[in-house]
Amino acid sequence: MTEKLKLAVPRGALFEETLAMLDSIGLDCAPVRAVSRSLLFELDGITIVTLRPSDIPTYVEAGAADLGITGKDVLMEQSERVVYELLDLGYGRCEMIVATRKGTAVADELERRLGAVRVATKYPEIATRHFEQQGRQAEVIEVKGSVELAPVVGLADAIVDLTATGRTLAENDLEVRETIATCTARLVANRVAHKLRQAEIDDLVGRLDGR
Amino acid sequence: MTYLIPPGTRDILPDEMRELRQLSWALLGAFGQFGYGEVSTPTMEYEDVLVQGDERAAGASYRTFDEAGQVLALRSDMTIPIARLAATRFTDRDAPLRFCYLSPAYRAVTPQRGQQREFLQAGVELIGVGWPEGTVEVLEVLSAALDAAKLPRARIGVGDAGFYRGLLESYGIPAEQAEPLLAALASHDLVELERLASALDVGAKQRSVLVDLPGLRGGRGVFDRAAELGGTAAADAVSQLRVVSEGLEAKGLADRVIFDLGLVRDLGYYTGAVFEVYDPALGHVLGGGGRYDELLGRFGRPLPACGFALYVERVHVAQAEEERSGQGGPR
Repeated sequence: MTEKLKLAVPRGALFEETLAMLDSIGLDCAPVRAVSRSLLFELDGITIVTLRPSDIPTYVEAGAADLGITGKDVLMEQSERVVYELLDLGYGRCEMIVATRKGTAVADELERRLGAVRVATKYPEIATRHFEQQGRQAEVIEVKGSVELAPVVGLADAIVDLTATGRTLAENDLEVRETIATCTARLVANRVAHKLRQAEIDDLVGRLDGR
Repeated sequence: MTYLIPPGTRDILPDEMRELRQLSWALLGAFGQFGYGEVSTPTMEYEDVLVQGDERAAGASYRTFDEAGQVLALRSDMTIPIARLAATRFTDRDAPLRFCYLSPAYRAVTPQRGQQREFLQAGVELIGVGWPEGTVEVLEVLSAALDAAKLPRARIGVGDAGFYRGLLESYGIPAEQAEPLLAALASHDLVELERLASALDVGAKQRSVLVDLPGLRGGRGVFDRAAELGGTAAADAVSQLRVVSEGLEAKGLADRVIFDLGLVRDLGYYTGAVFEVYDPALGHVLGGGGRYDELLGRFGRPLPACGFALYVERVHVAQAEEERSGQGGPR
C-alpha cells in the first residue's frame, strides 16, 4: 500500500478555506494555489485533485479519489451516492432556504387557491423532498443558474437555493420564508478506502478534527 | 442502424466471455472443494414468496403479471430463492445443507451511475450450522474463492448486524431515538450520528462510546479497543465477533478479515455477522453476505443459515486491474 491517499478538493467558494485548513495541519498547499491549469498536485504525503464541488461525490463513490471535501448541500442533493460522511469541517456555512418575493403573501395565496407552488431551483432533489415531507404539492423547475430571477419574471412562485449572506436575495427583492437546512463543508470517504486504508484515514480525520 | 439495449444491461463479447467463464469456473471450483452443490432456481418468482422472506422482497424491482393475474418478480438476489428451495425440496434431508450458485440477478438502477440492472452473482448458502462454526466456514469458503479469483489483496469486512442495536438497548435508548441513529449508521453518515447522539439523554461517557465505536475497524485489536472505550456493555456487544475471530485465527485467516464495528447491511433478513468484500484495485464492494438465522423459519423450516454473494463482473474488473499492476497471484 505505497500509493498516497488522494484527496479531492472543491474549486469555487470552499477552495480558499479548504487550502487554509490543509495548510494548518502541515500540508503545504502553495502549489495548489499557484495559478496554473493543473488539476492534480503531488504534495508531501498526499495527492490533491481539484474538482467542481458537485463532482466530488461521483469521484469519491467510484474510488477515483479516496477522500473528498464538499458542501452538505451537494451531499443532500446527491443523497443516493454511497460515501462515508466522516467530519463536519465547520466552514462554508450557509443555509438552504425557500424564498419568495418580498412583502407579499403571493406564494401562500397561490398555494391555497391552486393547491401547488412552482419552485425554481438548482437543487431539484432537495426541493422535491422538502415539499413532499411536508405534504405540500410543488412543481419543481430545474434551472442551472440565476435562480433569483425566476420569481421576478414569473417562471416560478418561489425558489429553493443556498444563501450565505442573503445579499443576492435582497437585491432581487426576495425574502426567506423557510429554512430547510444549514450546510457546511464535509469530509467524505470512499467506502473501500475507509476500510483498507483505515490507519491513514483515521490519522487525517484526527488531525482535521483536532485543528 | 443501431438498436438499443436497456441502460444497465450489456452484451458480452468473446474475449470477455472467455475470461468470465474462467473466473466463474474458478469460483465454482472453490465452492465445490468445500462440498457445496450447485443449484439453479427460476429467474422469476411469485412476489408473495419473496415477500415471505423479506417484506421488501429483498429489493426486487421488476414485476409483471402472469396469465392468471399473479404477480411475478425478477429475483434481486439468490438468498431467498435458495431458502425457499431448501425449505420446500429438502424437508426430509438432515441439515447441514450446502448450496452454491452462479446466477444473474436484477435490481433497479439510477441513470448514468454505471450501475448494472442485470448482474452475475456467485455465492454459497450454508444452512443448518449456527455461529460461530457456520460463520467461520462461510468466511473460509469466501477467502478460498478470493484466492481462486487471484485477488491476494482482497479483504473481507466483518461486522455484526445486531451489535449497535444491542448497545443502544443496553443504554436504555427508546426505539424512537434509536431508529434514527441506526439509519444514520446505515447511510454511513457519521456526522449525523454524532449530532443525534449529542441530543440523547445519556452520560458523556456513553455518548462518546456511541459515536466512537462505529468508527473502529481493523484486526482483532478492535475488540480490546471497544472494551477499553465502552466497558462491559461494549465487550458484551462484540463478544460474538470475538469468538468468530478466534475461529478464523485457528484457520490462519486472520489477515484476510477486517473487523468493522460500523458495518451494517441494509437487507432486512440479516441477524448476526455481516460481510463486505473489498479490493484496493476497485472503489466498489465486490460482494457481501452474512448470517440470516430467521429466514428459513419464515418458510417453515427453522434453521440457522449464512452465506455470501460475489458480483462476478466486479471481481473480474478487480482481477484485471490487479494483473495490470502486477499485484495478482498467490497470497
